[in-house]
Amino acid sequence: MKTSLNEWNSLLDALELNLNEASLLEFYYTARAILVKKESDYDKFDQAFGAYFKGVEDSSTFPPDLKKWLAKAMAETMYNKDEVDAIWGNMTLEEIQKLMEQRLREQKEAHNGGTKWVGTGGQTAFGHSGYAPKGIRVGGIGHRRSALKIAEERNFRDFRDDDVLQIRQFQIALRKLRLLSNKDEAPKTELDIDETIEETCKQAGQLRIVMKRPRKNQTKLMLLMDSGGSMWAYADLCSRLFKAVNESSQFKDLKTYYFHNIFYDNLFTDPSCRWMSRINTDWVFHNIKNEYKVIIVGDASMAPSELLLKNGNIDYYRGNEESGLTWLKKLKKRYPAVIWLNPLHVKLWHYDYSSRTIGMVEETVPMFPLTVHGLEDGIKELLEKA
Amino acid sequence: MLQFQGSDTYIASEELMRSVNIAIALQKPLLIKGEPGTGKTMLAESIAENLKMGLTIWNIKSTTKAQDGLYVYDTVQRLYDSQFGTAGVEDIGKYIRLGKLGEAFQKTEKSILLIDEIDKADLEFPNDLLWELDKMEFYIPETGKTIKAQERPIVIITSNAEKELPDAFLRRCIFHYIAFPTPEMMEQIVRAHYPNLEQKLIDKALEAFYNLREIPGMSKKPGTSELLDWLQALVIGGVDPDKLKKSLPFVGVLLKKTEDLQLVGL
Repeated sequence: MKTSLNEWNSLLDALELNLNEASLLEFYYTARAILVKKESDYDKFDQAFGAYFKGVEDSSTFPPDLKKWLAKAMAETMYNKDEVDAIWGNMTLEEIQKLMEQRLREQKEAHNGGTKWVGTGGQTAFGHSGYAPKGIRVGGIGHRRSALKIAEERNFRDFRDDDVLQIRQFQIALRKLRLLSNKDEAPKTELDIDETIEETCKQAGQLRIVMKRPRKNQTKLMLLMDSGGSMWAYADLCSRLFKAVNESSQFKDLKTYYFHNIFYDNLFTDPSCRWMSRINTDWVFHNIKNEYKVIIVGDASMAPSELLLKNGNIDYYRGNEESGLTWLKKLKKRYPAVIWLNPLHVKLWHYDYSSRTIGMVEETVPMFPLTVHGLEDGIKELLEKA
Repeated sequence: MLQFQGSDTYIASEELMRSVNIAIALQKPLLIKGEPGTGKTMLAESIAENLKMGLTIWNIKSTTKAQDGLYVYDTVQRLYDSQFGTAGVEDIGKYIRLGKLGEAFQKTEKSILLIDEIDKADLEFPNDLLWELDKMEFYIPETGKTIKAQERPIVIITSNAEKELPDAFLRRCIFHYIAFPTPEMMEQIVRAHYPNLEQKLIDKALEAFYNLREIPGMSKKPGTSELLDWLQALVIGGVDPDKLKKSLPFVGVLLKKTEDLQLVGL
């Protein structure tokens, strides 16, 4: 969790202002609002909070089966609100807590819907899914907000740490791939200063405004991604790059195709590389103009035969007339601006079992590691070849 | 101290009210994130109503620049005016038009500024506003004037999490994630909008609604506003609440995408 001194000071300010009203519950929310900036970090905060304040909150020892007893909420039983309020309304929280501890020591089984034990659907000041004017909630989901233990519930446990992690960095790197130009048919909304001066002078000082079209990114990108097999290990990293490319609507056009290990006469429009989703590589070369920049993502790790031999295709029944390397060379010839991004750590490129095929691919297409830094270097290469 | 308590038509959870009050007390922008349809935008309106303050809304679009919120200097108009000798051309101030942020700073009473859907704008957009939101002031070089907030507005910022926001920006905000309302809270929300609905209809409709949301693989889960529309459709259509168990009339109000409709088998 990234919490800076800045935020810590804010929290101290908040305590100074007594925003927490000297209560642990208020402190929990105050600290969370100030220190945590992502919903996916809520759970980490809950855990830290729970760990730190454990001794403070729980002086009671819960019977080991308590969680089981409380897991299934019973529907609320009938009750008279005034009666219940009269019993519990005048007790302080400490008294309630003491009573609960006592009951918990005596309790040997589940009790639901009643007025004495810790359970669900009843009218004691402890348990959940029931009614009491105040009290201690134990387990369950927050039906009525009269509870102390929220951190323990860890309501945000299921928020996966978003895949946006590092996407931002990739996106910023990708911005460098912009090729600004104003060929587009956009409306003329920008003042063309040079032309305005020129035209105004021609009219002996009589002002004449000239507008021009704003410049737009003209970069067209083709993304070829290795999918399946040894690439599974990097699925997360690759999907981050994919998202960054996809979400940055800055490209004029984006085409994505998939292959397994290396491509031959077919590419695929779907990461599963199913036969139904195949698309003829020649068709792609023919229909997608050579102004497209190409980024290939793959670990280039395969049996040398897959890269070098006729019918070396890992899906051997599909066969291939020309070797993978030949196809790669064809691609390079057709699209001068092409780079290969490899998720494998650079140190392994020349020592791993895959070093032979990596070496051969590297000779044909410039290869960079799939890191923010590698992407930046790769983009420089793409721009030079443009 | 100012205390936000929720309003008649906007049911805020205790946690949300707390976050609002923390942001007000610490004079920091409040960043609200949450699923679409959890009432992020309505929150600002409700705070304005509850605290009886003016509300300035700055809607962010993909083309919005930070400068747009501060001021625009209409040079072209000034040039034109100078051609025809219009009076007051020497006063640059006449051609400075304040943006929404500038407008909010100019208010003499405490007000609320909503920066809606900040994630729609460019990646660097939030960073361009750091100083302005911190100091609540900005400088106009053309006139040599500094626009400074007379009363620091309460700033509410909403985000749909389309883009990740920069850390420097996040550090300055109070953050709150609006969790999807629990069925109990949803009932309150429904009651606030339609006080006269039959209890049975609400129960059955909520049950069906939450069951629908639980279906895995839904690409756009129905939100609060869809539920409210649906309830209205059910009332107008005179649908018997007991039927909701077996069928979902007017399901098109809840689900907007073809693939979702196929998913529930309708």
